Amino acid sequence: MNAQPSTAPEPVPPYVRLQAVSKKFGDFLAVDAVSLEIRRGEIFCLLGGSGSGKTTLLRLLAGFETPSAGRIYIDGEDMSAVPPYERPVNMMFQSYALFPHMTVERNVAFGVEQEGLGRLEVRRRVEQILEIVQMSPYVGRKPHQLSGGQRQRVALARALAKRPKLLLLDEPLAALDRKLRERTQFELLNIQERLGVTFIVVTHDQGEAMTLATRMGVMDRGRIAQVGTPAQIYESPVNRFVADFIGSVNLMEGRVAARCDRDLTIRCEPFGCTVRAARCVECATGDTVWAAIRPEKIVLASEEMPDEALGDNRVRGKVREVAYMGDVSICLVEIDSGKTVRVTLPNRAGLAAQRDLRHAPVTLSWDAASPVILTR
Amino acid sequence: MRRTGLFSRTTLVLGLAFLYVPIVSMIVYSFNNSRLVTVWDAAHSPTLKWYGVLFSDGEVLDAAWLSLRVAICAATVSTVLGTLAGTALARFGLFRGRALLVGMTTAPIVMPEVISGLSLLLLFVALEQAIGWPRGMGALTITLAHISFCMAYVTVVVQSRLAGFDESLEEAAQDLGARPAKVFWRITLPLILPAVLAGWLLAFTLSWDDLVISQFVAGPGSSTLPMVIFSKVRLGVSPDVNALATLMVSVVASGVVVATVWMRHRQRRRERDAQLAAAANL
Repeated sequence: MNAQPSTAPEPVPPYVRLQAVSKKFGDFLAVDAVSLEIRRGEIFCLLGGSGSGKTTLLRLLAGFETPSAGRIYIDGEDMSAVPPYERPVNMMFQSYALFPHMTVERNVAFGVEQEGLGRLEVRRRVEQILEIVQMSPYVGRKPHQLSGGQRQRVALARALAKRPKLLLLDEPLAALDRKLRERTQFELLNIQERLGVTFIVVTHDQGEAMTLATRMGVMDRGRIAQVGTPAQIYESPVNRFVADFIGSVNLMEGRVAARCDRDLTIRCEPFGCTVRAARCVECATGDTVWAAIRPEKIVLASEEMPDEALGDNRVRGKVREVAYMGDVSICLVEIDSGKTVRVTLPNRAGLAAQRDLRHAPVTLSWDAASPVILTR
Repeated sequence: MRRTGLFSRTTLVLGLAFLYVPIVSMIVYSFNNSRLVTVWDAAHSPTLKWYGVLFSDGEVLDAAWLSLRVAICAATVSTVLGTLAGTALARFGLFRGRALLVGMTTAPIVMPEVISGLSLLLLFVALEQAIGWPRGMGALTITLAHISFCMAYVTVVVQSRLAGFDESLEEAAQDLGARPAKVFWRITLPLILPAVLAGWLLAFTLSWDDLVISQFVAGPGSSTLPMVIFSKVRLGVSPDVNALATLMVSVVASGVVVATVWMRHRQRRRERDAQLAAAANL
């Protein structure tokens, strides 16, 4: 996004680097030896459930917590001894933390004033940033006179007014209703692109992370489970936690039955089916693995197959439930072994086609490229 | 439904009567012409006679002036100290000696006044013998004694206000480049100002009407107003005390009324603003 004028072939050094950073609160290990590199101009999303340590990681970067172990570098500088008020970082708080006794203008000016700029320069900067977030008509209002969406913009403006190179956003959209959230997501992307600021966004909402992130890190119990682009994480999760956390997935436990160089055959005994996957994974014949198949990658055919037609990547079952979601329908199919498989169908046809499906005998099949084989 | 209504109304009337009949009767009797406090002289009442007597009584005026000075000094100093202590207790986490500080700042609230007064007297005497300060008992020792117990109340008020205070406001200010001292002056103090003012008023009233501790640490010629009233009453209740007490009650009551009206006005304005903002959101 941010064009780097580097002609040298060697990669640009990371803008933010975390080196085995841990944070303990008493006996509780909130962040466990996290190492992470974030490039300039990126939108990096930290995604995780509550208690996964994502907010603690953000607070470590802002300087509100000091790491129990490890080091944090921002722009090549060690941040260990730098207090929050001297870091080249600004944060947008989940609660927005607008100063209730100050007007919008004073709130936004607060940070700029600390830099010892002249009055005119402060004014100019405040006007400019309020223009960007479209809050200029509200300069004289106090925070309690603003709606939720307006407060969010003021908080963003206040954090951006100091022109930080790195902006930390803690659940920036959590307090907004759904419609507003979608609109604001795109505005946030717009502003980020325009100002070229590096964003680190903490969120528990995977949809938000997918939309915003250029790269994301999935956190689980204080550790980074996987780092990658949204597509990488969705399409090739590294373990069961990530596969299950991002989107929904059918996880089938099985044993490796045969293995050619680009082909694995897995016998899933509990599911009564054989999965053939065009993947190479580090595993040996006989190992326990999990085949992860996304619900939208399963093809549902509404005729019953005779036994001899069943084979690899093909199972027979009966539709138990159909949940109509508007754009898609989610079908829960009970396959012959008694296990339930989740299938998502796009609603191309009208209502009538979905109705008949309940209790209908069906055959499920998938492409050999679809299953992801997980060893952990 | 009706019976509950009757019951609660009766309790309300009885409760209010219990609280205010003594005060009202005192106010009424302050306009009594009779020399005897308990006899209503219907022929010549109401009269402002006792108010005149009061304002020509040098002893009472001196005592009132002393009480006022002591109360203002004690309230101001204890507000500063109490705000600092409250901030330390609410913000600095579990530092070493926190439990000790909590105990020491709140002890004067639960300590019997007689014991506080006695121990302060002993302290002042010992100090004078050791370092020659404070020289003799008087306004200074009364003020110091008042500070010591007023501070406890201010600390509690400020600390409870800070406990319900969004800490991310302070973090945001730091994040925006303000050093801790600046954060306190620009963000924390303006936001806890109502509690600080309430603490000051509380300290002022406590100091203004303290009798027991003042008795211990006051010297000859430095009598506060409560001490004068008490000594007058011991010689037999004279009606000018009623007048004095009526004046004190009216000052306090008008203060309370003004504060309530102002708070209600602010509350209304806030609600209206919030409604407007919500409407603008649609």
